Amino acid sequence: MIELEGLTKHYGDKVAVDHLTFTVRPGIVTGFLGPNGAGKSTTMRMMLDLDNPTSGTVRIDGKHYRQLQDPLTYIGALLEAKAVHGGRSAANHLLCLAQSNGIPRRRVGEVLDTVGLTTVTKKRTKGFSLGMSQRLGIAAALLGDPQVLLFDEPVNGLDPEGIHWIRTLMQNLAAQGRTVFVSSHLMSEMAVTAEHLIVIGQGRLMADTSMKEFIRQNSRSYVRMRSPEQEKLLDLLHAEGMQAVAAGNGSLEVDGVPAERLGELAARHQLVLHELSPQQASLEEAFMQLTAESVEYHAHDGEPVPAQAGGPPAMQHPGQPQAAGARPGEPQPTGWGADWQKKKRS
Amino acid sequence: MAAVGQVIRSEWTKIRSVRSTVWTLGIAVVVTIGVGVLICSLTSSDFNSMPARARLAFDATNISFAGMGLGQLAMIVFGVLVVTNEYSTGMIRASLAAVPQRGTFLFCKLLVATALVFVVGLATSFVTFFAGQTVLGDLRAYIGDPGVLRAVIGGGLYMTLIALFSMGVATMLRSPMLSLGILMPFFFLISNILGNVPATQKIGRFLPDQAGSKIMQVVTPANSDVPYGPWGGLAIMIAWTAAALVGGYVVLKRRDA
Repeated sequence: MIELEGLTKHYGDKVAVDHLTFTVRPGIVTGFLGPNGAGKSTTMRMMLDLDNPTSGTVRIDGKHYRQLQDPLTYIGALLEAKAVHGGRSAANHLLCLAQSNGIPRRRVGEVLDTVGLTTVTKKRTKGFSLGMSQRLGIAAALLGDPQVLLFDEPVNGLDPEGIHWIRTLMQNLAAQGRTVFVSSHLMSEMAVTAEHLIVIGQGRLMADTSMKEFIRQNSRSYVRMRSPEQEKLLDLLHAEGMQAVAAGNGSLEVDGVPAERLGELAARHQLVLHELSPQQASLEEAFMQLTAESVEYHAHDGEPVPAQAGGPPAMQHPGQPQAAGARPGEPQPTGWGADWQKKKRS
Repeated sequence: MAAVGQVIRSEWTKIRSVRSTVWTLGIAVVVTIGVGVLICSLTSSDFNSMPARARLAFDATNISFAGMGLGQLAMIVFGVLVVTNEYSTGMIRASLAAVPQRGTFLFCKLLVATALVFVVGLATSFVTFFAGQTVLGDLRAYIGDPGVLRAVIGGGLYMTLIALFSMGVATMLRSPMLSLGILMPFFFLISNILGNVPATQKIGRFLPDQAGSKIMQVVTPANSDVPYGPWGGLAIMIAWTAAALVGGYVVLKRRDA
């Protein structure tokens, strides 16, 4: 169990983390979601006592991090995959961490086996791909067989098979009764991994809810219609008192009316339809709406952003399977999809 | 609390499992001995053509440590790398998550590195002394002569302190480039210039390397007005090192990793 109470971090005038109070419970995977720059990593570093909070506290099973005897046996963390000395072999990297916490040497072999790196244990980590480095970082987190696990963006750089593997691993760890806390900026990823969700934006808590509840509250269903006589269709719908909005790419979005009724209505007025499809708004959009005001790195304020520019972040990973509800090709709010890349570079 | 024994074992694994640290130590040994022997052999063949004053002030022990000036640069690199390897790679976060007691972490890291440097430095000092004296032939000093053993052990201490001072500075600065960019020119050039220009001589001799290297002298040059003896000089160097280490500790303790 991890308990945060009023956790705050200032960098000069800038508030990175603003009075965060929440509890991460054991037995489930808790997703920690926020756009880039929201303070996820800072929060995780403060959980590990790497950064000093300006105010507030973090407790791991009721204790301060510094009070833990052999902390790696309580809490394991993957922060940055590439944070290893490139000249050291994978086995030696894990060995020096194990020794510092009195963890038996055989665990090194065991965790390397768990993450599937047994063939490269003697190889220097310099030559590792990002995916291999992620696996090594996960091995380090598992080293002390801890009850609490933190993963900061663990799917970055993994191939689809690796993503599936880490997802299953996290769920298994949680099923064993461990506390699993995983950050991501991808709602679609969280939707299939996490049972509970904590959303932050600009360091503030935006939501602390179960995944089911979040989906129930935030997924909007509507019907998309496309017609060569769009103006006529729009007038007709308005005349019937229906909520219809032009979506910008030549289609209309109608809320709260079943597709059957819309089809019959169009037929009665002899309007040609090119599309009539029920839609479910993606969680990605719900998340973006939730954090829209708190996004720190806006792409082009005041400038029109092309509807398809960049696409949502989920689409930046060609290998990643689309999660339920994600709709490629749908116009996206301009929020942090475009910023996402910007931040990565800075 | 992290157990000191565990952390020491971990730090030893870190040092021995990386090539750069092993290499720089090796270079320090080879350069110190190699240059020392070379200078000894050149001196031995030139001795009779040297002016009388120089012959009078001839210090057979000290001349065999002539390679120290270059060899210490490799020691500086070693000291800097041992510390900054953690920061330049980001490994420091994993290390401090494993050992959140930063004082214990720094103490164990420095203890392991210092012990290693001391053993290597002391061995180097003895080897370069005996090799140098062998080359010097008739001019040689003996380990039993007054002050000679002190100078040879002092050579090992000097190398250890130089490395430890570098570790302290590197802990403050964190960046390998910045640390080396300051330490290398300082010890290779600036200290020598300050120590040899008459106007700055009085300040220069209180710099860590100049004060510390006094321990390796057996024959005090005539009309020398250096206000401290061999142990006094070493004490000045220790004071510098202690200051660097305290600075490093404070920075490590206060700053976010």
